[in-house]
Amino acid sequence: MKTTQVAVIGAGPAGLAAAIEVARVGGKVTVIDENAKPGGQLFKQIHKFFGSKEHRAGVRGFHIGEQLLAETRRLDVEVLLDSPVYALFPDMTVGYVHDQKEVCLKAEKIIIAAGAAENALAFPGSTLPGVMGAGAAQTMINVHRVLPGKKVLMIGSGNVGLIVSYQLMQAGADVVALIEAAPQIGGYGVHAAKIRRAGVPIYVSHTVKKVLGEQQVESVEIVELDSQWQPVAGSEKILTVDTVCIAVGLTPLTELAWLMGCEFVFVSSLGGHVPKHNRNMETTVPGVYIAGDISGVEEASTAMEEGRLAGTACAEALGLLDREGARELKALIWDRMHALRTGPFGEGRRKAKDQLIGLSMGGQA
Amino acid sequence: MEAGPVAFIECVQEIPCNPCEAACPFGAITVGEPITNLPVLHGDKCTGCGACIAPCPGLAIFKVHLRYTETTSLVEFPYEYGPLPDKGDSVPCGDRSGNYVTEGKVVSVRNPKAHDGTAVISVEIPQAYCLEVRTICRKGRRHDGQ
Repeated sequence: MKTTQVAVIGAGPAGLAAAIEVARVGGKVTVIDENAKPGGQLFKQIHKFFGSKEHRAGVRGFHIGEQLLAETRRLDVEVLLDSPVYALFPDMTVGYVHDQKEVCLKAEKIIIAAGAAENALAFPGSTLPGVMGAGAAQTMINVHRVLPGKKVLMIGSGNVGLIVSYQLMQAGADVVALIEAAPQIGGYGVHAAKIRRAGVPIYVSHTVKKVLGEQQVESVEIVELDSQWQPVAGSEKILTVDTVCIAVGLTPLTELAWLMGCEFVFVSSLGGHVPKHNRNMETTVPGVYIAGDISGVEEASTAMEEGRLAGTACAEALGLLDREGARELKALIWDRMHALRTGPFGEGRRKAKDQLIGLSMGGQA
Repeated sequence: MEAGPVAFIECVQEIPCNPCEAACPFGAITVGEPITNLPVLHGDKCTGCGACIAPCPGLAIFKVHLRYTETTSLVEFPYEYGPLPDKGDSVPCGDRSGNYVTEGKVVSVRNPKAHDGTAVISVEIPQAYCLEVRTICRKGRRHDGQ
């Protein structure tokens, strides 16, 4: 049976950052990803990241991905691709499939960095070709250079909806409108400003009523919502579109943590059911850690920091880092994460994360 | 604005972000700690060089030269769409809502490798519109933004 010291599930920003921290101090790491290419969501992010210099602000997401990958290659981290993990066993065995064969990998520590998946939205016509997740559209345009449509309605004004609208226009599509059910825009003002400058109307307090078309999307009917979130009769508008993108949030991909017996808690602002974890990113199952969107939907910058935290904690637990060295590294990571979790957008996430850790630590008393 | 070209930082929300601070060669922009602080432009130090425009991840910094000539202003903005216009082109200039404001003449298109894809375009427009024009209209020379 294959063995490793640390098995990292997911080669996105959290997983790669975690692997680097372990490999850097001499640990044997194996990263396992179901995709054909590593990097997770990073390679779709063609916009410049925010934060400070240590968060690599001003660098486009995919360049950060390239930097992480180069580092893993330099450190001889084993990255297994086309290898979906289907099970985690109580004896710390990871079961995955590669080349139509089932493989078992025994690990001393496991870091689950499986990320999150887009939420769906059900409405009449939502199954017509042309209706897709905003993330799916982003993969098509930024990774595969395929334009999914020419006239787009974007549903959702969080950063994903705002950024993907901008990128769809960069790719040559016309974003006819962006609608948001809440009475205010959810994402950053500067992202909204970019699409407003391009002439995209943003209709807050609006939702989709139905999508019309024979074989594919031909038009969409939107309707205004009142202060009780009820449709306002007579406010319907029909927009001619061939694509409807849905950007209504993400939910952590937690199946493997459930399988392993990790305890969960429901935190709505983090995306739903998330595994309990302590300040070392360790779950209630000893030796099993989490990092990135699986521990609460945030962003790539915090995913990388959580990955570094989990990786450092694993390295310490394996005796590759002494207590003092690990303490210093973890303190620096927490400082950088704290800087990202401030301000009107970050405060809510910081409180949610503090609540999650509080509940997790209390539960282990 | 009366003294010469100056930067306009249209960043009004507290988000963790500070590349503009390091981008200014004259120390005219401060963010400090925490990095969610809104950037402050020190007008006395700003020379209007425009170095801060491309590094801003939010594309929220512009340059305005009110008295470029006796009747025209120069407005410089970041632009990440293709195809880029050419120097000398006449372009439809838009406001923050994408509405057509005025015709403008492209004076410069700066897109060096260091900008990593963020082109910086300057347009010459009638002075009256220098606080409105922030982009090239994507939807042609219409007035309703549609």
